[in-house]
Amino acid sequence: MRHKTSAYGIAAAFLVVAMLVSALVGAADLNPWATVTALLHLPSSLDSLDRAVLFQIRLPRIVLGALVGGLLAVAGAGYQGVFRNPLVDSGMLGASAGAGLGATIAIVYLGGIGPSAVPIAAFIGSLAGVCVAYVAGAAGGTGIATLLLAGVAVNLFLTAVQTYFQQRSASDVQQVYVWLLGSLSGATWQQVLEILPYSAVSVAVVLLHGRHLDVLSVGDEEARSLGIRPDRTRLIVVAACALAAASAVAVSGLIGFVGIVVPHIVRRLAGTSYRHVLPLSLIGGAGFLVLADTLARTILSPAELPIGVVTALIGSPVFVWILRTTRSVRT
Amino acid sequence: MKTPLRAGLLAIAAAALVAGCSSSSSSSPPAASSGPPSSPPSSAAAASFPATVTTSTGTVTIKAKPARIVSLSPTATEDLYAVGAGGQVVAVDSDSDYPATAPVTKLSGLTPNVEAIAKYKPDLVIASANTNGLVSGLTKLGVPVMIEEAAANLSDAYQQIEQIGVATGHGAAGQATVTSMKNQIASDVQQAGSGHKALTYYWELSANPYYSAASSTFIGQIVGLFGLKNIADAADKASDGGYPELSEEYIVSAKPQIIFLADNEAADGGQSPSIVAKRPGWSGIPAVKDDEIVALNDDIASRWGPRLPTLVQEIAQAVEKAAS
Repeated sequence: MRHKTSAYGIAAAFLVVAMLVSALVGAADLNPWATVTALLHLPSSLDSLDRAVLFQIRLPRIVLGALVGGLLAVAGAGYQGVFRNPLVDSGMLGASAGAGLGATIAIVYLGGIGPSAVPIAAFIGSLAGVCVAYVAGAAGGTGIATLLLAGVAVNLFLTAVQTYFQQRSASDVQQVYVWLLGSLSGATWQQVLEILPYSAVSVAVVLLHGRHLDVLSVGDEEARSLGIRPDRTRLIVVAACALAAASAVAVSGLIGFVGIVVPHIVRRLAGTSYRHVLPLSLIGGAGFLVLADTLARTILSPAELPIGVVTALIGSPVFVWILRTTRSVRT
Repeated sequence: MKTPLRAGLLAIAAAALVAGCSSSSSSSPPAASSGPPSSPPSSAAAASFPATVTTSTGTVTIKAKPARIVSLSPTATEDLYAVGAGGQVVAVDSDSDYPATAPVTKLSGLTPNVEAIAKYKPDLVIASANTNGLVSGLTKLGVPVMIEEAAANLSDAYQQIEQIGVATGHGAAGQATVTSMKNQIASDVQQAGSGHKALTYYWELSANPYYSAASSTFIGQIVGLFGLKNIADAADKASDGGYPELSEEYIVSAKPQIIFLADNEAADGGQSPSIVAKRPGWSGIPAVKDDEIVALNDDIASRWGPRLPTLVQEIAQAVEKAAS
């Protein structure tokens, strides 16, 4: 129990430090001391434009990054529990491809409605992708392997449709590529408020099912004998993870690796029980994405890197390291 | 629009792609524009075939005056009609929306299909990039192909119009078009003034994320005619190809005095001056306070064709207003 407590301490400290560092650096080169005093609502030397940069641009981006990172990591961990498969992440079961298709259709056909069309379409597309995959997999018979394979097939199918639509016009291709790369640029408090309700519900549901996922990990038969209905648990967790991932995708586009890397790091720190993997992934994912986004917007300052480049740049080596060092750790 | 798209494109490469409207790095060295063998005196140029033109990708010989031209580039389509070769055009790609009389087809300039092009029995094909084996495929069929890549600067754009004039039997008209463009642009620049070194501007290609165009790009050079200072230059790295993704807080703290929106039309992102003004944190930017947000014609701003004087005029008006 003791090292569980310290794992929570490490994760929380990581998140707090990541957010603090992120609040103090940026292309606007705000004076760090003045920034701290402004954040504490003390008299500060920041002028009104600097304040706008800090409170309207930098802070919402940090909070949105934390929210998105937490959602992606929790969704990834939840899916890994449902499918008892360490390679699953938050984009599984048609979620990413569905979101990509939704966003692409919105860009190609609904551009005139305004900038809000794309996030809504991505959100709906992501959920619809998961629904299609779930129905296709469930219709195929029993077993989580079937569901997973159906998810892969649906993902490929939706990606093909998405590619078909994106090639229709040159200016659309540029927009679609930019969206697919993922970005927290242009984050607003409004976006934070918009996804907060979905985030709260989905995260709460997933976290409440940590114990169920632990039981499921020993097998469906054993779970039934303990009074848990495996299919029902899976449906609920998949639905909640889908909602979490869709909320994240709607505001940030496709950001990979968070949903797969963070839960694995958490397992190294705190063991494989989902009662701890899920909440620790939430906190760790939040910190990871805030850190990644801080790098994305400062390495080339005042230019930015696409955040997908940074998460993959950090994520890929970490993932290889995990593969090489944790053969014994079960998911 | 004009850059070849590759699947599995590296993320960073996408930065250049986004900007896409013109790839400055891949274009011809300036030396090539000085003395193309394709620019004979205007009187002799009228109908001299076989004609030879040297584009940035190679030399093309056109045996006789083409009567069935296929254009796979919106800019080339505009060039063709401007030099008076419109009557010889049998098909243009799906993105070629100007002039309205151009015979738009489903042909793709982005992922061209040689068989689909061959169906129109062309005797000249003009495209902006050699993708999908376009040149080798059409060469096998004996069809000459001109690749007129995204212009790196104004003289490239002029040269392409002259080349298209020569290749289609309208050499004199091509030169006249260029002369008229040069005159219009010069007069707009003269009227608005070319020394606005104190004025800063931000050129928006896309929002969320914010891609911009630096002074080294085609479009940056055009705004540079007025002497304006580009806030994207601070972020311009060789790897961006002149099209950096700017940090939003940098845009705000750089306090641009003019914002040019090249992403305001529905198909390009649907940003508008009022949407820009409402972005959280942007209200303190001088361009927002002084209502100096200019919604450009996105098509003209992303092409390098005969309508460039219109773009220059839009910019000139904004500069005059901001400077007054």
